[in-house]
Amino acid sequence: MTKTITLACGNGGEENNELISHVFYKAFKNEILEKSEDAAIIHGGELAFSTDSFTVSPLFFAGADIGKLAVCGTCNDLAMMGAKPKYLTCSVIIEEGFELSQLERIVESMRKELEINGAIVVSGDTKVVPRGSVDKIFINTTGIGEVLQKGISSNNITEEDVILVNRDIGCHGATIFAAREGIEMSSSLQSDCTSLFPHVKALLDAKIKITAMRDATRGGVSAVLNEWAKQSNVCIEVEEEKIPISDEVNGICEMLGFEATALANEGTFVLAIKKEDADAACEILKAFNPHAEIIGIVTNRHVKKVILKSAWGTSRFLETPTGELLPRIC
Amino acid sequence: MELELKNLYDDFRNANTIKAYAKIIREDALKLPHPINIMEVCGGHTHTIMKYGILQLLPENIKFVHGPGCPVCIMPKERIDHAYVLAMQRDVILVTLGDMIKVPGSNGSLQDARSRGADVRFVYSPLDCLKIAHENPQKKVIFFAIGFETTTPMTAALLDTVAKQNKVNGEAREGALGYIKNIFFHINHVTVPEAMAALISDKECNIDAFLGPAHVSVISGSKIYEEFPQDFNKPVVVSGFEPVDVMQSISMLVKQFAEGRCALEVEYKRAVTRDGNLKAQALIEKYFEKAQNFRWRGLGDIPQSGLKLRAEFDGYNAEVIYKNILPHEPIDDHKLCICGDILKGKANPPECKIFGTACKPTSPIGSCMVSSEGACAAYYKYGNLL
Repeated sequence: MTKTITLACGNGGEENNELISHVFYKAFKNEILEKSEDAAIIHGGELAFSTDSFTVSPLFFAGADIGKLAVCGTCNDLAMMGAKPKYLTCSVIIEEGFELSQLERIVESMRKELEINGAIVVSGDTKVVPRGSVDKIFINTTGIGEVLQKGISSNNITEEDVILVNRDIGCHGATIFAAREGIEMSSSLQSDCTSLFPHVKALLDAKIKITAMRDATRGGVSAVLNEWAKQSNVCIEVEEEKIPISDEVNGICEMLGFEATALANEGTFVLAIKKEDADAACEILKAFNPHAEIIGIVTNRHVKKVILKSAWGTSRFLETPTGELLPRIC
Repeated sequence: MELELKNLYDDFRNANTIKAYAKIIREDALKLPHPINIMEVCGGHTHTIMKYGILQLLPENIKFVHGPGCPVCIMPKERIDHAYVLAMQRDVILVTLGDMIKVPGSNGSLQDARSRGADVRFVYSPLDCLKIAHENPQKKVIFFAIGFETTTPMTAALLDTVAKQNKVNGEAREGALGYIKNIFFHINHVTVPEAMAALISDKECNIDAFLGPAHVSVISGSKIYEEFPQDFNKPVVVSGFEPVDVMQSISMLVKQFAEGRCALEVEYKRAVTRDGNLKAQALIEKYFEKAQNFRWRGLGDIPQSGLKLRAEFDGYNAEVIYKNILPHEPIDDHKLCICGDILKGKANPPECKIFGTACKPTSPIGSCMVSSEGACAAYYKYGNLL
């Protein structure tokens, strides 16, 4: 590893994983942490517990803002463990000179999103730092949720599962990058930032057998699939044609040289569902977004790897993204 | 019908067309007099070949040799050190293109320089330097220019804008309103044909034919490859970058061998002409001249393969202005690295002892692992799932 922290160390990909395992896991080592789930499962499996910090630039973008993101991010991590988000904390670090009206706008977005999740903020902290110490505003939220279905884990995926996504991928990353590069799109491209608990609740209510769920934030869908392949010691084979990607996102990828599977999302999640329930799960997800799709299967062909299969019969590995992707997208 | 971006690539990734070409190639390959090694000169082609699994569609008697056409990969360490030294100057903003920030020099990469306090920015268009220079009048903006014939006109366009702004009726107008005093250039532009010629002049080199990069020919025309079939008996097909383009180009090369022909052909007819973009060529000619020599990482010195600013533009040339602080000693490649052999078609990435172990995209040792267009990085990323 390099001796100073580079932006690549926060990419949600390989360098990020290396930093986490070499520094934080080494110091904080314990059984719960090492499960590497979206949220920690504590208190005899009854509670899910997670934290996330938000530094996105620009603060306001098509489809959402840093406030909505801050609530969705933590609540979605809880929902991915089959938990109902209940209590959140909210810490903000604000740069001197930040406009009060913008702060109010951000907090109003947070309030709306908390309502959708049925969660409340029960504790908070506010710090103001001199100009230049942070970029406008950084927000941390930590949340506790009540586990509605036990046993959901990225470590339990088997060949009995199939892989789904709930919608077309990459919209958040593409939106942020287009905003940063000043690309004017004549399209409706906007961030997918959404609370996912309603999706999860619908699946649980229908008694769908969920093995694992993970929201595909930094590092995108390819990071999630690779983490799963490693954690569950399986091979995930994905059909490229089945992965839903909008023309707008494909366009941004073409122009800027990205792969949609590596772009960040804030309301897109990947699911491993028992084969017999896959079609039913897909129908439920389609009610939220018509582009929900079954994208792959689980095999033992190349254990710990993800294979992407083309429509013309070739295949290749889909690797965890490396390098500096989109700095500060969440 | 309104033209949308996807119209530019959709048909060129059509599964049925790709399968049809695979069938034609397999049939024609039965008539090949001997196995053929095709070099794709350009890293963009390497990327397409690996990303779309094209090798998996080819019969055994057609092999690929991955060429030196990745501008980041071929950058020798001493020139990366130049970028690092310039970036570390307190009053400098170093601007460059994409992957350049990842390449490690002796003291680290530009990414490392940035984490140590340097102001390094990457842009998609060199013209973005104008905005950066305008917003930071107290800083010197140095554009670290990289790339082949395709990116050279963009650098020339930036210099042209600056030079024109700074002169009115031929008179320098230093100090006048709008005078741009803080944009400088470090030029690392290289040219494709010289590198190709150097490769086939090497007797150990194992190349029967070339895929020529279409984007280069959009600028320089297809004429730059005429010497290869004529003087070296190596056919060239100038190819686009989508999978259908590459499959069609392979098919065209295979037909040449099967029919006993050796010619220069253009697959990418939608944008390539024999003479290319004359306006861009004139702009390049105005500001650049051939450097006596350019040292390519992995391949060594190739005469006349690089460009430099003409002497009259020394005032913009960071290599001249900063010559006292820039290192000049050439630095050799790592002993275990076989990038040189890979670029000459003598070895494939997985044959390297440190491939995927000591040398990975996150900690590259050899040049071919550096950029996603490098052969080793492409193999590492996409695997070779035959």
